[in-house]
Amino acid sequence: MSKFDFEIAVVGAGPAGLAAAALAASKGASVVLLDEQAEPGGQIYRAVTETPVRDRKVLGPDYWHGAELMGPLRDSGAAHWPGTTVWSVARPREDAADGHRPLQIGLSRNGAAAMLTVRHVILATGALERPFPIPGWTLPGVLGAGAAQVLLKTSGLVPSGATVMAGSGPLLWLLAWQYLQAGARIDAILDTTPKQNWRAALPLLPGFLRSPYLGKGMKLMLDVRRKLTVIGNVTALRAEGAIGGDSALKSVVYTRNGAEHRLPADTLLLHQGVIPNLNLANATGCAQRWDEQQRCWRPTTDAWGATSVEGVSLAGDGAGIGGARAAEEAGRLAALDALHRLGRIGREQRDQAAVPFRAALDRALTGRAFLDTLYTPAEAFRVPADDTIVCRCEEITAGAVREAVRMGCSGPNQAKSFLRCGMGPCQGRLCGPTVTEVIAVERGVSPAEVGYYRLRPPVKPITLAELAALPKTDADIDAVFKH
Amino acid sequence: MTATASFKPASLCPDVIVIGGGLHGCSAALHLSMRGVRVLVLEKDHVARHASGVNAGGVRQLGRHVAEVPLSVASMALWHRIQDLVDDDCGFESHGQIKVAESEAELATSHARVAELNALGFTHEEVVGRDELRSLVPAIADHCVGALVSRGDGAAIPFRTTFAFRRKAIALGTRFQEGGAVTRLSRQGGLWTVETADGARFEAPVVVNAAGAWADRIAAQVGEPVPLEVIAPMLMITARVAPFIKPVVGATGRTLSFKQFPNGTVLIGGGLLGRAVRDENRTELDFSQVSVNARTVWDLFPCMRGATIVRSWAGIEARMPDQIPVIGPSGTEPDLYHSFGFSAHGFQLGPIVGRITADLITGGSTDLPIAPFHVGRFAA
Repeated sequence: MSKFDFEIAVVGAGPAGLAAAALAASKGASVVLLDEQAEPGGQIYRAVTETPVRDRKVLGPDYWHGAELMGPLRDSGAAHWPGTTVWSVARPREDAADGHRPLQIGLSRNGAAAMLTVRHVILATGALERPFPIPGWTLPGVLGAGAAQVLLKTSGLVPSGATVMAGSGPLLWLLAWQYLQAGARIDAILDTTPKQNWRAALPLLPGFLRSPYLGKGMKLMLDVRRKLTVIGNVTALRAEGAIGGDSALKSVVYTRNGAEHRLPADTLLLHQGVIPNLNLANATGCAQRWDEQQRCWRPTTDAWGATSVEGVSLAGDGAGIGGARAAEEAGRLAALDALHRLGRIGREQRDQAAVPFRAALDRALTGRAFLDTLYTPAEAFRVPADDTIVCRCEEITAGAVREAVRMGCSGPNQAKSFLRCGMGPCQGRLCGPTVTEVIAVERGVSPAEVGYYRLRPPVKPITLAELAALPKTDADIDAVFKH
Repeated sequence: MTATASFKPASLCPDVIVIGGGLHGCSAALHLSMRGVRVLVLEKDHVARHASGVNAGGVRQLGRHVAEVPLSVASMALWHRIQDLVDDDCGFESHGQIKVAESEAELATSHARVAELNALGFTHEEVVGRDELRSLVPAIADHCVGALVSRGDGAAIPFRTTFAFRRKAIALGTRFQEGGAVTRLSRQGGLWTVETADGARFEAPVVVNAAGAWADRIAAQVGEPVPLEVIAPMLMITARVAPFIKPVVGATGRTLSFKQFPNGTVLIGGGLLGRAVRDENRTELDFSQVSVNARTVWDLFPCMRGATIVRSWAGIEARMPDQIPVIGPSGTEPDLYHSFGFSAHGFQLGPIVGRITADLITGGSTDLPIAPFHVGRFAA
């Protein structure tokens, strides 16, 4: 059982994964970087090596920084497997006789599934958009700003027709700015940042004044505000199709200062921040905790990204939102710690090498508390009214979840059993945080107390055919990996 | 009557403490409360947290160990009137269960099985040939030659079922104490004392051990070791596909449980095992075994080859060496009754075994043959 395919597997080729893989391999470890996309970059640097958007002004210098991570990866000798979906990380049944406990990674590649054996896994699964459950958010024409940005990066696509953006948080402003550079039409930005957040965030402002994001962020927001209609203090939102139908989006209705207004819209781009994409870590058994400031679950990690599961560490936004630059440094720290755990470098060597990365990480995180506090979404947008759909896969409303709580449902796992809520193909990515908070409010307890879904592999759907053909012999395995 | 110093409110001094809030514990509680017995159920996590909440939901007489057949038949009668028992239909649907024969040799086994049951006076299982199999399961692979069928069988929703038993038991006066594992069980002066991890102490004249995969620890407390193995049967579920099958399908020569829910998702199981870590309430899946299961479906249902698997999981369950449960009085202590070790097929027996336990406690005997399930069979 001591045979393994690689010493370190890194899952996800965003900033954290790119940096981790490059550093670990450059120190002589055998490393494989597994990534779902065809090209490295993750979501933040999505398609940075091949985007059709050649005018560098459009996506901005922060995006193009991603290209600088590619050279070190190439030079490091790490294997890079694009188009690879990781659907499970687990310990094999028996412990290895020689004391090493290799991990098994279930993955799909080129339409075939296989198990890969490694000694250490660095999960760099990044962030996903926080659910934004408003009435009508399931209508065609309503999508996440992040998803819209992926279309811009990968295909140079911008929305056509009347376009409204709504929500809060840096990414909303960044996308608006990128659309402006690309010459796209935006009819209005509906800012849902709660007025009272400013009061809470103000004491944290001094920290933010030292943030590297401050200057860029201010310039970008001023640019957008100068050129676009920005409507602030929006306290309620709904998307509507044609009367009495499930047709595509026709208009956006918003409430400001107690009065309802209507905007015609063909596209509504919603965004209220990002949260850790923790599905793989959760299914791997990593302990997680509720982060009150970021109002999301995050896997528990130490200063090196090590999780509660031996041999599994986390780097980047998947461990808690810090942004791309922080992710990069966290990736390097996780790589150093993995090298140490594998016996490739001593403790002192690790600690010494970490000094500049840790300093850079601290710099990158400066002012984060201000952003987290300022952009905490209003409760009305996290804990929706009864009629609003919460679980899109199974079409479960917030009201149904509350009804289940009244019947004795005490947390998200019981909501699964009561309602099938969270049981669809997305495995709770689109409903998990909402269900946690709806149940917590209904029960009058903290989200930490109601808990989160216990997620199960495969964390990404695989076909029965792939599973049935899972190779069992070494020759079968080689056949998958060598093609 | 006037209150005295020793008088306690009724709710604080139950007649029976049931250890374990799974289906069997809830069923025992329900049947006891139906007879006016005051019951307290102690559950270490929450009701239906383990095997009772996450099993495949098969309600099956088909293919059972002959010792279980009388109980299973009696339980089936309760299932068909489950609404009357618990005021909820439990999602129970009866479209039969089918065990497919993939060869003439397997079909011969099915014929022998029916002959054996008929000789014992049971007629619920029958053999069907190629054509009848295809009319029951049009999607079955061409090579299948026939099947063993039990038409009155079906499936229910496990969590909903266990909760329905819990709700009805509560309506009849049962109390539930969730979130504290039993740490100590002792008996003095005709009274059991049960202590839980949160420091609480409860007393009652009678105790029922329905602690599932943890039942051996309860039995060990009274010097009655049992060879219980903790297992983690695995299941997986697909994304929705168009409805194509009504009965629950198994196989004769390999392990399978296959059924489609009304919402179109298909549940695939059959008892292939992952790894249970019972002290952490956790299971680990073994994908080489999940793969074996997927291969069986690939072979038997060609239409499923493109289906998407969205989730797999395992529950923590107790298995006895002879694959049949422990039911009945303790062999070492009076006023202690066991109901555990259902070896991954206890769901269908839930309604009747609760009644049997209530019979034993309130009347000292039961009309069903439970001798094969006595805990004494494991005594050295």
